[in-house]
Amino acid sequence: MTKQQANWSPYDNNGGSCVAIAGRDYCVVAADTRMSTGYSILTRDYSKISKLADKAVLASSGFQADIKALQKHLAARHLIYQHQHNKQMSCPAMAQLLSNTLYYKRFFPYYAFNVLGGLDNEGKGCVFTYDAVGSYERVGYSAQGSGSTLIMPFLDNQLKSPSPLLLPAQDAVTPLSELEAVDLVKTVFVSATERDIYTGDKVEIVILNAEGERREFMDLRKD
Amino acid sequence: MKLDTSGLESAMPFFGVNKELVEGFSASPSFEIPGACDFDSFQKEAVQMVKPAKGTTTLAFIFKEGVMVAADSRASMGGYISSQSVKKIIEINPYMLGTMAGGAADCQFWHRNLGIKCRLHELANKRRISVTGASKLLANILYSYRGMGLSVGTMIAGWDETGPGLYYVDSEGGRLKGTRFSVGSGSPYAYGVLDSGYRYDMSVEEAAELARRAIYHATFRDGASGGVASVYHVGPTGWKKLSGDDVGELHYKYYPVMPSTVEQEMAEVVAGP
Repeated sequence: MTKQQANWSPYDNNGGSCVAIAGRDYCVVAADTRMSTGYSILTRDYSKISKLADKAVLASSGFQADIKALQKHLAARHLIYQHQHNKQMSCPAMAQLLSNTLYYKRFFPYYAFNVLGGLDNEGKGCVFTYDAVGSYERVGYSAQGSGSTLIMPFLDNQLKSPSPLLLPAQDAVTPLSELEAVDLVKTVFVSATERDIYTGDKVEIVILNAEGERREFMDLRKD
Repeated sequence: MKLDTSGLESAMPFFGVNKELVEGFSASPSFEIPGACDFDSFQKEAVQMVKPAKGTTTLAFIFKEGVMVAADSRASMGGYISSQSVKKIIEINPYMLGTMAGGAADCQFWHRNLGIKCRLHELANKRRISVTGASKLLANILYSYRGMGLSVGTMIAGWDETGPGLYYVDSEGGRLKGTRFSVGSGSPYAYGVLDSGYRYDMSVEEAAELARRAIYHATFRDGASGGVASVYHVGPTGWKKLSGDDVGELHYKYYPVMPSTVEQEMAEVVAGP
């Protein structure tokens, strides 16, 4: 007697790619704006990037409904933090909050592949990369989403930074300037669009630095 | 055009069916199917069985000068290397370390939780928690989640009032006290090097080199291990990170490239007019 299998899944994958690069005094967070389901495109103009705090920007790909719920949860927790501590949450603090939030749903996970970018307390760029259940790590650069297996090897080639585990310690941030990093991100998305069907339409790039926040858009292939 | 289905024909005739039936009409091609009740999950379980378990190499051992703890730093998702710089040695508090093998999120979260519990114990009892106590706290939590899919294979190493302590704790609910452990898919290779080179009375440098070599050899042979080999020492004053070496560079340090004598030199061929 074969067991009845569930034919409804609570999850869907809306595709897309996210990238973040940490610099000496800036951080670049980028994501494409295509939202798909199966082989159809739902919209060409969906932002996967959300600003959680002054110095913490989250880019997430995966199941956008779960991501929307996750962003709302984090925004609410940030508001409570601001009421209790009279200041904005720092990026490393937000990073741990996100990790704990994801792990609390360990047995019914948020289908979200996140990359958190921002500036740490010293003003240096920081990027945190996550898996779906909350394991996280501070890195110099990261890519998540459907195009991540295409993008990561390219970033490794261009930006490979010494591992933070090496002793004596070596700095992990890239020596690239802000403009060079933005250019690299644009190149990366153009390449990923060529070979990943779920990535394309437009790329939204958010740059955080000492002056504040800047946003750029660039058109990508729409096929 | 008739399709060639010779590839699908079973090698053995149907059991129990007499020959006439089989030869009388062309039997419909079929794949051999396992006689399981639940066919779909059987397939999934079969694939899971051959998946490498807990792709990592971690080890720890007690010796005269304390506890030596070492690990690689590779995280793999199936065949994709998701990170080469994962911190697999987690600093629970200044005198206790935990190693990570299995699910990264499970290990990170529960070790952080254990650190909180250890600190609460210190505040409540005005003294540090023992390694025995800390490992028991973790083992009890993991036992209560037994069967729910957590994947944790960890070693708790520390120095308390009774001296150096080392426990192995896993998500099946097991907790073992011991003097030498290695956990992960690379552990057989690490055990080989560790067991053959181990002596109780080694100096800190000798023990560190033994640990480093064991991790290096495991990363050499195990595809799921690699990255940076970290080595920590836990002594009476707490833990200290001794080294973090890229295993690719360790390879050329242990086996330097020797220039070989050239037997036959290839002469440059000059292209004709």
